Amino acid sequence: MEARGLRFSRNDEPVFGPLDLAVEANEALLVQGDNGAGKTTLLRVLAGLLRLDEGEILIEGRRADAYQRSHAIAYLGHLPALKADLSSLENLDFLCGLHGRRAQLLPEQAMAMVGLAGYEDALARQLSAGQKKRLSLARLWLSPAPLWLLDEPYANLDLDGIELVNRMVQAHLQDGGATLVTTHGAYAAPPVRTRMLVMRKPA
Amino acid sequence: MTHAISPGLKASARALFLRDLRLLWRRRGDALQPALFALLVVTLFALALGNDRATLAKSAGAVLWLASLLAGLLALDTLFRGDAEDGSLEQWMLAPVPLAWLVLVRTFMHWATTALPLLVAAPLLAELLHLPHSQLNVLLASLALGTPLLSLLGAVVAALTVGMRRSGILVALLALPLYVPVLVFGAGSVVQAAQGLDVTGALLMLGAGLVLALVLAPLAAAAAIRIALN
Repeated sequence: MEARGLRFSRNDEPVFGPLDLAVEANEALLVQGDNGAGKTTLLRVLAGLLRLDEGEILIEGRRADAYQRSHAIAYLGHLPALKADLSSLENLDFLCGLHGRRAQLLPEQAMAMVGLAGYEDALARQLSAGQKKRLSLARLWLSPAPLWLLDEPYANLDLDGIELVNRMVQAHLQDGGATLVTTHGAYAAPPVRTRMLVMRKPA
Repeated sequence: MTHAISPGLKASARALFLRDLRLLWRRRGDALQPALFALLVVTLFALALGNDRATLAKSAGAVLWLASLLAGLLALDTLFRGDAEDGSLEQWMLAPVPLAWLVLVRTFMHWATTALPLLVAAPLLAELLHLPHSQLNVLLASLALGTPLLSLLGAVVAALTVGMRRSGILVALLALPLYVPVLVFGAGSVVQAAQGLDVTGALLMLGAGLVLALVLAPLAAAAAIRIALN
């Protein structure tokens, strides 16, 4: 994926840009910046949740419309998109039904992978913040999209969970995928080929 | 990455359908609220008007229509709010199916859980209000055409206000002018039937409105959601 000349402003105040970035297959792009630097906004723009003011987003060299992007991108945001009254597995079932899933990979297997085996029937409201994050990671693992947009994936996770994110990213990149990760820099980065993008508040 | 099960329109609708049914079952107490509210309105109306059969029969159609409309309005705020707050709407927007389609399915579920029970109970409630049997079919037909139309219009209003924390007054203000024509034709058809007039025109009007809203309302609501989440 490649993006050229991205610019986004809210209420006539520039949030970021103009900004160029690119991430290839088998590669991770680490987006670093202070709180309020526009990391989340950048990811939301790339995912297609926000309309950008200027610039273009290319996927595999072609200008990508919303439909192509929805097939290529899996987005992990701050909000877990889990229904509190549904069990973990029911939540995964719904999100897989909405986004599709990789064949030969069952939701139960993904839950075991993220260390939630045995929690299949637990209601999402009974899970801790870290466990919810792990459930979102399971959703991501099931997603067939080659490009992951991870917004602060390390938040709320214990050391083991941070290790898990790194392992997932590594496996995903080996599989030919690509990842964008935002972080404010306090956590370890995944041990993979990484590009860096540092965002600062516009003057 | 080679083998992927990509969801089509049908699969995504099934997933959403199943999710809403499960949620409904988990919170069955809340789910019954609109129907119970309508029952309350109808019963209280019957009690307040007293024992005069003629007056009751005359107002029965209007009361049943109003009860269904208000029950739908009551549940309107929950249509997208929960999904907006927990981030589900974001995932809807990123799904490889059109947002308008998901909005349509969600609105159908809203109608099926708030208006459909009332439609089923309408013959009993009509009996409670002494509605003449000859008008029952007209009432049922107008409700069957009118309540989905109300739900679709309501979906647009709910989508417009989904970005706001407290939207109770605004929902009512926005919904009022949109609901009035539906109510006029819907309740009006029952009145016309009572006067022995032909009701085809009013019912056709409701039908035409429903067809139009089926196409346009999900698109409008989807656009409103995109703006609200910006």
